[in-house]
Amino acid sequence: MNIAVSPNLATPNGTTRPQVRIVIVGHVDHGKSTLVGRLLHETGSLPDGKLEMLKAVSARRGMPFEWSFLLDALQTERDQGITIDTTQIRFRTKSRDVVLIDAPGHAEFLRNMITGASQADGAVLIIDALEGVRDQTRRHGYLLHLLGIKQVAVVVNKMDRVDFSEARFRDISDEISAHLIDLGVTPSAVIPISARDGDGVAERTDRIGWYKGLTVVEALDALTPARALDELPLRLPVQAIYKFDDRRIVAGRIESGNLRTGDEIVIMPAGKIAKIKSVESWPLTPLSGPQGAGRSTGITLDRELFIERGDVIAHVGAAPRDTRRLRARIFWLHDAPLAVGASVLLRVGTRESRATIVAIEKAVDPGDLQSVAAKAIARNHVGEIDISLAQPIAADPYTDNPRTGRLVIEVNGRIAGGGLVLSVDAGQRAVPVDIVPVESALRPDERSARYRHNGAVLWLTGLPGSGKSTLALALERRLFSRGGSPILLDGDTLRAGLNNDLGFSAQDRSENIRRLAEVAAHLAKNGHIAIVAAVSPALEDRAAARRIADAAFREIYVSTPAEICEQRDPKGHYAKARAGALHGFTGIGNNYQAPGAVELTIDTSQRSVADATDAIERMLAETGILFDEHVDLAANI
Amino acid sequence: MHLLDNDNGRDGLRGAPRESADVRMPSMDHLDELEAQSIYIFREAFARLKKLALLWSLGKDSNVMIWLARKAFFGRVPFPALHVDTGKKFPEMYTFRDQYAGEWGLDLKVDYCPPIESIDPTLPPAARSAARKTEGLKLALAKYGFDGLIAGIRRDEEATRAKERVFSPRGTEGGWDVRDQPPEFWDQFNASPPPGAHLRIHPILHWTEADIWAYTKRENIPIIPLYLAKDGKRYRSLGDQDITNPVASTATTIDEILIELDGTKVPERAGRALDHETEDAFERLRVAGYL
Repeated sequence: MNIAVSPNLATPNGTTRPQVRIVIVGHVDHGKSTLVGRLLHETGSLPDGKLEMLKAVSARRGMPFEWSFLLDALQTERDQGITIDTTQIRFRTKSRDVVLIDAPGHAEFLRNMITGASQADGAVLIIDALEGVRDQTRRHGYLLHLLGIKQVAVVVNKMDRVDFSEARFRDISDEISAHLIDLGVTPSAVIPISARDGDGVAERTDRIGWYKGLTVVEALDALTPARALDELPLRLPVQAIYKFDDRRIVAGRIESGNLRTGDEIVIMPAGKIAKIKSVESWPLTPLSGPQGAGRSTGITLDRELFIERGDVIAHVGAAPRDTRRLRARIFWLHDAPLAVGASVLLRVGTRESRATIVAIEKAVDPGDLQSVAAKAIARNHVGEIDISLAQPIAADPYTDNPRTGRLVIEVNGRIAGGGLVLSVDAGQRAVPVDIVPVESALRPDERSARYRHNGAVLWLTGLPGSGKSTLALALERRLFSRGGSPILLDGDTLRAGLNNDLGFSAQDRSENIRRLAEVAAHLAKNGHIAIVAAVSPALEDRAAARRIADAAFREIYVSTPAEICEQRDPKGHYAKARAGALHGFTGIGNNYQAPGAVELTIDTSQRSVADATDAIERMLAETGILFDEHVDLAANI
Repeated sequence: MHLLDNDNGRDGLRGAPRESADVRMPSMDHLDELEAQSIYIFREAFARLKKLALLWSLGKDSNVMIWLARKAFFGRVPFPALHVDTGKKFPEMYTFRDQYAGEWGLDLKVDYCPPIESIDPTLPPAARSAARKTEGLKLALAKYGFDGLIAGIRRDEEATRAKERVFSPRGTEGGWDVRDQPPEFWDQFNASPPPGAHLRIHPILHWTEADIWAYTKRENIPIIPLYLAKDGKRYRSLGDQDITNPVASTATTIDEILIELDGTKVPERAGRALDHETEDAFERLRVAGYL
């Protein structure tokens, strides 16, 4: 079956008419397909002979003619009497071209409703006058709100079945308006109609003579096309890097903002900076003018940087946040409920990352808006969740950017849910309540008695080549010899495993230090001496580590002068950095922040290793970590 | 949120091209938007699937599709163009194919459909012919091991196509399960077909017949002359010679085609015998794997 094709671009006089995309939603059997069929008829959009053909089909099947036959073209639909998927139909009103998206109302097919509604600029929410507002009506209202659709016209259908009662209409109108306004959506019109007979669709008939508002066609005429995204900051999610010839083209669609040659850009989440060398195109290239939101474009950069699919290009100073933690409001479409601890695949723009559901803060059936037990989000329910990501991503809260502030969740390779990013700043969120730490079987003092020391975090900080690792190894040997339990946590060693997902941006360095500190503090709590050797250039990061390990923290500043560190260059890093082959290397860029007051400062250019180790041992004894006497455990009991 | 008045008077203003004073942000027109979304789809398919091919039927839609692919990949089509040949296309179509496969630098693969005798003889003639094409497609899929087939179908052509996804999963037998299509929203596509299955990717699903013509004109994409009227008739849709009929028309240019489309209420596939044989012929064919 074929629905009328109304050209929406080139009208004979050569002008372009605005196009709006409308989704029709509502409870099953409230009359969506009938309204669409009627609208097509009223706007003269049906192909010649179509009406007659459908009447003949109906007669052959011994069924009364229904407008919904126009849409329910599929055999399966006719058999079951329901619309099972989204159908798009075009017609014209006086002032615009309308793309109608007929969304199925059956609860089973909510995913299709979302598939359809996500593409809409506005919505028509349909309610049966006899049945009134149903759960599915409210659910659809909620989902429209979640999908960010603000323009909603409500129609109260089947007015013929309530004798065109104005009172009945008012009741329903008040109820649904209150519900929608609660959600932050003000209906643009509430219209009494009979889709079957035509009242209120294109004409205000005598039977609804008391109604003075818009008809459905007028309400559609009043909806405005989608908003401009040009005004927002630039967001260009990278789809791919193409190297078909000598150009290295970064390709993607500009989701918001605009760009042009010469712009200084930042590539998130890594935070690398470059300039746009050219905007490439085909058949004409390069392009000189600005490129705005919506364009699928390709750019080259003025320097070779590692860029990959999923990165987001923004202007310097207006970049999205990078994060490993998101809070989101989602709708869930999958058969199996989404539970805390679930491992899923998250997609934000073109970035995909493994993710874990850390917490479910709210789970709601949008049908009755009652919060339900928040351990899981059931199919067709919505909820607020806290997500932890295996990889850093660049994202915006949806209130800042509707395009980069939305995500989908995949389970077994299939989209299972989606929603809006509420915040990307959830890194320090509370530990979920259902995590119960297990205490060690041993008391700290039992270990202390054996090792003759208390637990501690010994934090060696200083420039690369300052001698941290050498000291750490000597100290480890010394403490072990005296019966203690020292454990070395070398920054580079942990980067090879635990922290191998981290780069060298400021954020990644902070996270690296945080994890080192957490592991070290855990060891200290259990009576070991964790010896951490890490450049840890930022004062703030070391302060954070001290907070984590608390009273067990001892900081040693290995203050060897920079020239000597560079002369030593045990790993060859200084040489590489001088040659420009190692970016962001601490030591050359002067980005090491020397500590102020610390437990001990050691300049290894002035002292031997044995001498320095003695000094550390003394400091540990003086500050209550090491003790010489065997403790009488019995005395403590 | 408030209701605007009916803005009939503003119609012309809204529709008029933006003034040149608006240099900061040249606005995109309708064709620009369609083009940008199609390019996005092409690039997603290329990024997320391993072995792609583009189905080239030589008609107006698939020619636009190849043009869009060249835009997406800066002049190159980085996957083969597959023509599943019935041997019954119009001579003009073969001429067109051989000329532009070369000019456009396509990696053209031509595969032939099995003989009609091997196809279920109880089917009505046009449906049998279509079933033969489905078989040809399945054979080509098996031969090359494609996990993604890019096809130039449009929602406005036919109601079952209207229900399609942009990334549409097909079973191991090539079948389409209309009852269990994955959710697809916000241009996030499901691109992980199970082993042995494949995806149909539809980069121009959101275009209309008029869009195709307006774009063909704007981009100056070559067309097969059969689309233009000769002796009061032209082809709106090109299939095999034996199952495609011309429609009455006086349109000898694309501009005239656009004017004609603006006034017509005759469906595009009216000249296709297949669509008229049984009420649900098309749906059954599509479930079985037909385009």
